[in-house]
Amino acid sequence: MSALIKSSLARKYAMALSGLFLVFFLLQHFTINLTSVFSETVFNELSHFMGNNPLVQFALQPVLIFGVIFHFIMGFVLDLKNRSARSSKYATNNGAANSSWMSRNMIISGAVVLSFLGLHFYDFWFPEMNYKYIEVLPENPTRYFEEMVHKFESPVRVGLYVISFGFLALHLMHGFSSSFQSLGANNKYTRAIKGFTTAFAIGVPLGFVFIALFHHLNAF
Amino acid sequence: MNLTLKIWRQANADATGSIETYSIENISPDMSFLEMMDVHNEELIAKGIDPVAFDHDCREGICGMCSMYINGEAHGPDRLVTTCQLHMRKFKDGDTITIEPFRANAFPVVKDLAVDRSAFDRIQHAGGFVSVNTSGNTQDANAIPIDKHDADKAFDAATCIGCGACVASCKNASAMLFVSAKVSQYALLPQGKVEAVDRVQNMVKQMDEEGFGNCTNTGACEVECPKGISLENIARMNREYLSASLKG
Amino acid sequence: MATLDSKIPQGPLADKWTNHKSHINLVSPANKRLIDVIVVGTGLAGASASATLAELGYNVKTFCFQDSPRRAHSIAAQGGINAAKNYQGDGDSTYRLFYDTIKGGDYRSRESNVHRLAEVSTNIIDQCVAQGVPFARDYGGLLDNRSFGGVLVSRTFYAKGQTGQQLLLGAYSAMNRQIGRGKIKMYNRHEMMDLVLVDGKARGIITRNLVDGKIERHGAHAVVIASGGYGNVFFLSTNAMGSNVSAGWKIHKKGAHFANPCFTQIHPTCIPVSGDHQSKLTLMSESLRNDGRIWVPKKIEDVKAIRDGKLKPTAIAEEDRDYYLERRYPAFGNLVPRDVASRAAKERCDEGYGVNKTGEAVYLDFASAIIRYGKEEAHVKGLDANNAALVKKLGQGVVRAKYGNLFQMYEKIVDQDPYETPMMIYPAVHYTMGGVWVDYNLMTSIPGCYAIGEANFSDHGANRLGASALMQGLADGYFVLPYTIGDYLADDIRTGAINTDSPEFDAAEKAVQDQIDAFINNNGSNTVDYYHRKLGKIMWNKCGMSRNAKELKEAMVEIKALREDFYKNVNVPGTANEFNEQLAKAGRVADFLELGELFAKDALERTESCGGHFREESQTPEGEAMRDDENFTFVSAWEYKGEPADAVLCKEALNYEEIEVKTRSYK
Repeated sequence: MSALIKSSLARKYAMALSGLFLVFFLLQHFTINLTSVFSETVFNELSHFMGNNPLVQFALQPVLIFGVIFHFIMGFVLDLKNRSARSSKYATNNGAANSSWMSRNMIISGAVVLSFLGLHFYDFWFPEMNYKYIEVLPENPTRYFEEMVHKFESPVRVGLYVISFGFLALHLMHGFSSSFQSLGANNKYTRAIKGFTTAFAIGVPLGFVFIALFHHLNAF
Repeated sequence: MNLTLKIWRQANADATGSIETYSIENISPDMSFLEMMDVHNEELIAKGIDPVAFDHDCREGICGMCSMYINGEAHGPDRLVTTCQLHMRKFKDGDTITIEPFRANAFPVVKDLAVDRSAFDRIQHAGGFVSVNTSGNTQDANAIPIDKHDADKAFDAATCIGCGACVASCKNASAMLFVSAKVSQYALLPQGKVEAVDRVQNMVKQMDEEGFGNCTNTGACEVECPKGISLENIARMNREYLSASLKG
Repeated sequence: MATLDSKIPQGPLADKWTNHKSHINLVSPANKRLIDVIVVGTGLAGASASATLAELGYNVKTFCFQDSPRRAHSIAAQGGINAAKNYQGDGDSTYRLFYDTIKGGDYRSRESNVHRLAEVSTNIIDQCVAQGVPFARDYGGLLDNRSFGGVLVSRTFYAKGQTGQQLLLGAYSAMNRQIGRGKIKMYNRHEMMDLVLVDGKARGIITRNLVDGKIERHGAHAVVIASGGYGNVFFLSTNAMGSNVSAGWKIHKKGAHFANPCFTQIHPTCIPVSGDHQSKLTLMSESLRNDGRIWVPKKIEDVKAIRDGKLKPTAIAEEDRDYYLERRYPAFGNLVPRDVASRAAKERCDEGYGVNKTGEAVYLDFASAIIRYGKEEAHVKGLDANNAALVKKLGQGVVRAKYGNLFQMYEKIVDQDPYETPMMIYPAVHYTMGGVWVDYNLMTSIPGCYAIGEANFSDHGANRLGASALMQGLADGYFVLPYTIGDYLADDIRTGAINTDSPEFDAAEKAVQDQIDAFINNNGSNTVDYYHRKLGKIMWNKCGMSRNAKELKEAMVEIKALREDFYKNVNVPGTANEFNEQLAKAGRVADFLELGELFAKDALERTESCGGHFREESQTPEGEAMRDDENFTFVSAWEYKGEPADAVLCKEALNYEEIEVKTRSYK
């Protein structure tokens, strides 16, 4: 087991598993957000549940935060390590001839998504933590929708939102299917997996963008 | 054809290298790339310039010795060929061609375009074999039937020529395609399964010690591999390693 | 004249090897640890010998000039490996494989060696399967076989068109296991420069590290040469660029006899030369002749139109084509042995019917095979067998499945689609049956110095059958040498490590250093390749597919003159202490320039035609080769006496106890 932990393949598994976990989280987040388009009440109820259920707050949330931090740190560490495996660079390199831009630039798309997470935490998570645990304001199960719609009034924020989700799509287009390969799944189902992951990688970020634009346009 | 060549020149492993520019004329499109390099070297010798060192041997695409990074791709722009099978008709009159060695820290430059790929040998020493004595007293060759599909897949993995194009093309200089091809060949055959657990762990350990990068599934190796070794082998090794690590 | 003792054991042919193994001396496991063996070369023979000797317990040092032992040129063998397994139940047996090999070799090989080869052939397949070599299998999971030229059974085991590669990687993996255990010390990018004799016994070698030019001494109790053939004496051949005769030639100069140098195999199906820039030739597997028909146009004006690009071969009507092999050899047709097919192609091209710009190419046409297979396939699938386009498409599919990789290779090199237009082929030098003379134990005439695989002369006589080279390499390395070497080494258990600080090593090293210095300081005006190409031209024109006394004499004179010019005017750039490919090549070409002359001398001496050696003076009225059994049933073993022209001929008479010597006929 100790050999496993030190090996390059273990890092691969870890990236794949943490990535898949984040994909799952993304789907959950997307589902809740999507309800905001149809029903303010449902959105508020779900948000309230997620924000106040002790299991979510004290078990799932730390796991999620750990997953996010782990995936990012590991990603950066691996990128540095991989760069150092070739210290003398090619004068001419035609990477586009043999691989996708997405696969070669996960570090860039990842970094953009990370900065977006910063913005996102600043917008929602920090105020939320402040509300609940620092100022300990009274519970208000109907505040969530208002808060969200308010955030999407700024065209700058919505613009950043759209760009970030564009990069998230690029990140997922390689990362999601890649995690199956890393975990050893490459067989007759691979075509189907690739189709599904690509659809997911484009559809879900597009959905997020749609929600943002929906609320932005409805605000006027 | 008249061409401009930009070639990496490096006197030895310790020297610092640089790209030098040469021009060459009257190249026939029917020449192989290495024959063009031969002509160029004859010209350099005539001018009193040290000829360009490069590795090559069989010149029919099977020994795996030739190893040039041409215009930003391992073995050049053609697919499913080694440098020695690349022909000048793939280029146009007046082209500038950049020629570099396969680069990776695990493949130090010996001279100019020749690199040291003994890291591959050392990975094989760690487990690239079936531990059977060569006494000839083994059981009959037909004693164990082998599913044709498995035998064919094992063969496909075994066609790896160990040229290192996978490492050269990988942005991380990862050797996963090479190692996984060998692991797959044996994992698919009953003769190799006996020591599969130790083999994959030992070979991966040695691979990591040699300083290759990690695999990030870009797939560049599969595209540039002159023998078309499939990424399926990498997936298989990922499975093999995971199960081997959990077992013991 | 020295006499040669071939040390063939007594007793009936079929029992010789078994009896011999039971009676020769052995070295105990404890004593094997005290004995060092050097192996030069890592092809099938060298790699399998290294692995087996190490496994037995000897300390093995193995050398190759490539960057890895896996690159040795055995890797390029395509078709397959013979073994008398009789898995197909088609009447194969050890005796039949033995008989076919002797007959195929035109009765110029040693009976006892060939019988032993046939005996151990079955072990090879068992061994390779146990090592994980992925041979082709049928749907029942058992091993598949195919058939090769010159035999009536299916005994060839194969791994698509890459059998040599898979067998070599099997032997390489066996070596890797021993390298990992520390029993083999592997020296990559090392060239053997000379053999060192102490008290008349082989006791070590001098090597040059090709990376930094360092000259090194290596001592051992026995030295095994497994350095392959010398086809590159022709400059253009299907051999690898680095393949050379130097190891074999150095031991020849130290006292080993060199046998039958003129026995060269010229393979009929190679891709023709495209121009003066050509650096090597590429083989198209013999298996293609199963389905391809060989022809040239009947009319000389059609030939001209083709050369001028005004006529396409597909436009020539059936009655205007000369399927000359089918015409001359109706019984075997396109599947005559290699030597016969090669000479017939040369005959047509010499008459002016060659179909490419250089006039040295004939067609290998798959059109009728494509139609035949297409119709069969249409029938099987219940489709319209009269739909020409459909039939062609189906037929191309079948041909692709059988020969796809070869067709692709052809297209990459020639830039023509062989599915649509016939391939162009021409004979090329492929294999050398001749080599260092060895006795039954594979020991050369130097005590303690062995030669195995293509480097020795022993098993293929004057012509080798397809798929037998791989068999011989592995037989020698896995199953013969490891036994017979013990008989010699049993006397060395008290010798102790070989001291390399002796005057003998000093002298050998100095000679090597002197030659290198001479090359580097020569400041000549011609490159090494200039001489190699010139030598190749002489060899091909005067010692090639057809030979006569006048031209052979000229060749000897010309080669000698070329050699003298080489030493005066060769230009070797760079220094001795670096990676210097030109310097390494210079040493190899120097040896080819000596071997070439001996080659011509041997061909001149053998006034009969046999196998690949065709003397124009010795042919039937129909132009077929004619042997002279009365005067030439012997091995020509040459003893070095300074100049190649002064070499002394020693004859090892060939006695056929089991086999009746007959004339080969393929009519």
